Amino acid sequence: MPRPSIRKFLNNKYASFFTAGMFLILSMLLGISIGSVSVPIPKIIQIIGSKLFGFISLKDIDPMYISIVMDIRLPRVLLSGLVGAALAIAGAAFQGLLRNPLADPYTLGVSSGASVGAVLTIFFQLSIPFIGSFTLPLLSILFSFLSIVAVLVFARKIERSLRVETIILTGIIFSSFLGALISLMIALTGDELRQIIGWLLGSVSMRGWEYIKLMLPFFMIGTVVMMANAKELNAMSFGEERAQHLGVNVQSRKLIILTAGSILTGAAVAVSGTIGFVGLVIPHLTRLLWGPDHKFLLPLSILTGGSFLILADLISRTIISPTELPIGVITALIGAPVFAVILLQRKRKERSG
Amino acid sequence: MLNVQHVSGGYATEPILHDISFEVKKGELFGILGPNGSGKTTLLKMISGILPIQSGKIEIAGKDLQSLSAKQLAQTVAVLSQHTADSFSYTVKETVSLGRYAHQKGWFQTWSAYDEEIVQKVMVQTGVSLLQNKNIQELSGGEKQRVFLAQALAQEPEILLLDEPTNHLDLSYQKELLDLLKQWTIEKQLTVISIFHDLNLAGLYCDRLLLLEDGKINSNDTPNEVLREDRIKAVYQTEIKKHPHPTVPAPQMVLLPEKPWELDQVEINEDFLHVTNEFIELKSPIRLRTMSSGVVGSGTGWHHSFVNRHVPKDYNFRDHHGEMVSFLKSKGFEPSETVGMMTAVVLEDFSCQMFYGDGFSIFAVITAGVGNAVDASKSEEHSFKMTPGTINTWIFINGELSEEAFIQAIMTATEAKVKATHDLQVLDSVTQTIATGTSTDSILIAATQSGKFLQYAGTITPLGKLISKAVYQCTKDAIEKSRKRVTG
Repeated sequence: MPRPSIRKFLNNKYASFFTAGMFLILSMLLGISIGSVSVPIPKIIQIIGSKLFGFISLKDIDPMYISIVMDIRLPRVLLSGLVGAALAIAGAAFQGLLRNPLADPYTLGVSSGASVGAVLTIFFQLSIPFIGSFTLPLLSILFSFLSIVAVLVFARKIERSLRVETIILTGIIFSSFLGALISLMIALTGDELRQIIGWLLGSVSMRGWEYIKLMLPFFMIGTVVMMANAKELNAMSFGEERAQHLGVNVQSRKLIILTAGSILTGAAVAVSGTIGFVGLVIPHLTRLLWGPDHKFLLPLSILTGGSFLILADLISRTIISPTELPIGVITALIGAPVFAVILLQRKRKERSG
Repeated sequence: MLNVQHVSGGYATEPILHDISFEVKKGELFGILGPNGSGKTTLLKMISGILPIQSGKIEIAGKDLQSLSAKQLAQTVAVLSQHTADSFSYTVKETVSLGRYAHQKGWFQTWSAYDEEIVQKVMVQTGVSLLQNKNIQELSGGEKQRVFLAQALAQEPEILLLDEPTNHLDLSYQKELLDLLKQWTIEKQLTVISIFHDLNLAGLYCDRLLLLEDGKINSNDTPNEVLREDRIKAVYQTEIKKHPHPTVPAPQMVLLPEKPWELDQVEINEDFLHVTNEFIELKSPIRLRTMSSGVVGSGTGWHHSFVNRHVPKDYNFRDHHGEMVSFLKSKGFEPSETVGMMTAVVLEDFSCQMFYGDGFSIFAVITAGVGNAVDASKSEEHSFKMTPGTINTWIFINGELSEEAFIQAIMTATEAKVKATHDLQVLDSVTQTIATGTSTDSILIAATQSGKFLQYAGTITPLGKLISKAVYQCTKDAIEKSRKRVTG
C-alpha cells in the first residue's frame, strides 16, 4: 500500500534535483555568455566540450572566444559557483544546527572572523612553510572557527536557550568588533592597502584558476562532512536535547558541523572576500520549495547557491557596465529584505501561537 | 528494568540530587512527583543521559548507563518532553521517521522496509497516521504531542521517559495519552517513567510513585501510601484534602483555598425557613455541606437551597427526578444547588425546632405521615411500591462535621425516628407490628462547616445527643399533628 506514495515521494525529489541542476547549468551558460563581448551559447558548449573530451574540433572558432571562455569567464563562473555553494550549504547547516532560520555565516560573524584571518595574512605577509599559498585560506578557516565558537559561547552566557535573536545580536557585536580590527589594520597599512581593500570588497573577478584550485579541496571536504551529517542535522533541528534522546552524539556532531561550516566559510571568504546573505537566502528559499529535510536541503542548496551567486556576479558586472559593482552589493540588496521578511514572519507566528 | 543506586548529581556548580536509589520493574507505570525545584527533571535528565552522574550508578536493562553511547541508549530509552521546539516545517512523517535514527546502521543509514513498517505502525497507534503529510507547525498542541510520542515509540524503546507529558494538553488529550500509556505498559510490557505535576493524574494511573523533596527521596510506594494527606501537606506546604475517586480505587487530592466566607458566619435557623402550600423551603446564604437521600441533589455535595415539596397521593412516579428538576426550575431554584424531597403529607403539619449545644446548634425540620408505615424487620412481606416519602428529616448543623460525623448523624437520626414511631405505637398495616418508619423516608444532614469542629455524632456524643433529642421530639410532634388531621 505505501509503495505508490514512496515512489511519488522519490520522483518529487528527483524532480527537485533535476530542476535545480538545470537552473545551475543555465546560470553558468548565461554567466559565460554575457559580457562586453558576448559568446554564443553553442560555441561555449563546443569550447568546453573540446577541452573536456578533446575529440571536438575548435578549428572554426575564433581564438578570442576560446580565450574569453577558458581564461576569464569560465574560472570566474566556477569560482562564484563554488563560493555560492559553500556559503549556502554552510548557511543551511548553521540554521539547522542552531534551529535558527536567520543564521548564516555573515550574520553569525563567521565571515568577519575569516576576513580577519585573511587580512592578518596579507598584513603580516604570512606564509606558513610547505603550504605556501594555502596559508590564507587556512588562517581564514581557523579564524572563522574561532569566531563561531566565541559567538556561541558568548550567546550561551547571555541565556542558555540560545534564542534566535540572541545569537544574531551576538553575531552582530562580534562582526562590528572584528570589522573594527580590520579597519585598524588597514589604517596601519602602507603598501598592502590596495590589496586588502580590493580583497575586502568581495569579488570573484580576475581570480583565475589558481583560486579555484585553492578553494576546491576545502569545498569538497566541507561538503562531504556536511552531507554525512544530514540526519544529525535533522535531529538537531528539534533541539539538542531531543537529538540526544534520539541517539545523536550531540557534542561531537556539533563540533564536526561547526568545523565543516568554518572550513566552507573560511575558504569562500579567502577567495572572494565577504559576500553576505547567500547563506541566509538560499537555504530559506530551498526549504520553502522542497522541504526542510537536510538530506535533500544540503545538496539542493549547493546547486541553488551556486546558481544564485553566478547570476548575482553576472548582474554586478553588467548592470552599470563597464563599471563593476562589488558582488556583495547585489547579494545584500536581495538578502537584507529577505532577512527582514523572515524576521517578520517569525514574530507573527510567535504572536499568533 | 531501571536500577538507580545511590545517585547524586545535577548541574556542575551544585548537586541537586542526593543519594537517590530506586528500582523500576518491567511493565511498570512509575510516577515521579515533587514540588518545583525538588529535582524531578534533573533526575529524568540523568536517566536519559543528558546530565552527568556525579556519584552512584544507573543501570538500564542490566547495563551501566555510562558505558552506553547515545545511540545505544536511544535504542532502549525514549523520551517525551513537555514540548519540543519546531523551527522548521518538517512533515509529520519526517518527524516520526527521525525516531528510527538510533536503529539505522552504516555510513548511508538506508531506510529499510522494517523502518517504514514501524513508522507506519506507531503513527496508527498514536492516531497521527492521517496527518502524516501535514506540516507539524500547523498542528495543535495535542496533535504535536502525539507526533512526538510517535517519534519516541518509533525508537522501539523498552523504557519511555516522560516529563510532564500532559502539560499544555486539553483534559481529553490528557486522559487519552495516559490511557494509551497504561495500555502499553500492560500489553507490551513497556516501562513508563513519568514526571507528574498533577497529583491526581499520578494517583489515577501510576503503579508506584516516587516523591522527591529537596533532592532526596521522601517516599517510594503505592499511590495510596505516597499520597497521604499529611505527607503531601508537608512536602508541598499547602492545604490539601485527600478524597477517594468516585468510581475507581485511586486516591485524589484536592486543594483547600483560604476561605473568605468563614468571616461571615451564619446560623441556620427558622429565619431562613419559608412554608407555602406547595413546598417547605430553606434558603441558606452560604452553601452547606450535605449528605442526603433526596430526589434531587442526593449523595454528598454542597447546596444552598432545600425544598420539601408536597405532591398529591396519586403523583405519577415515572421520571420523578426529571419532573422534580423542572418543578424546581419553575419555582426559581437552581437544581444543581438544591436538595429536593417530596412528601404527600400536608405541609402545615411540619415540625421544626432549634436546639443549642456547647458552641454549636442544630435546626431540625421534619414532615411526617405514617400512612404507609413499615416494620423494617418484616419488610420482605411488603411488595415493592414507590410512594411519596412520608417522614422527611432535615437536620441543619451550625458546626463543622467530619465525614464520619455525617454518617453517624444519619444513624443517630434514624434510631431516634424509630424510637418515636415505636413510642407512638405506629403500626405496619400489612404485618400489624410496630413500624420503624415508612417505605420512602428521606434524610438530609446539612452542615455549615464553620465554627466548632465536631468529629463524632454517635448517640452519646454532644452532637448525637442533640440530634437524638431533636429528631425524637420533632418526629413525634409531626406524627401527632398529622394523626390529628386524619382523625379530626
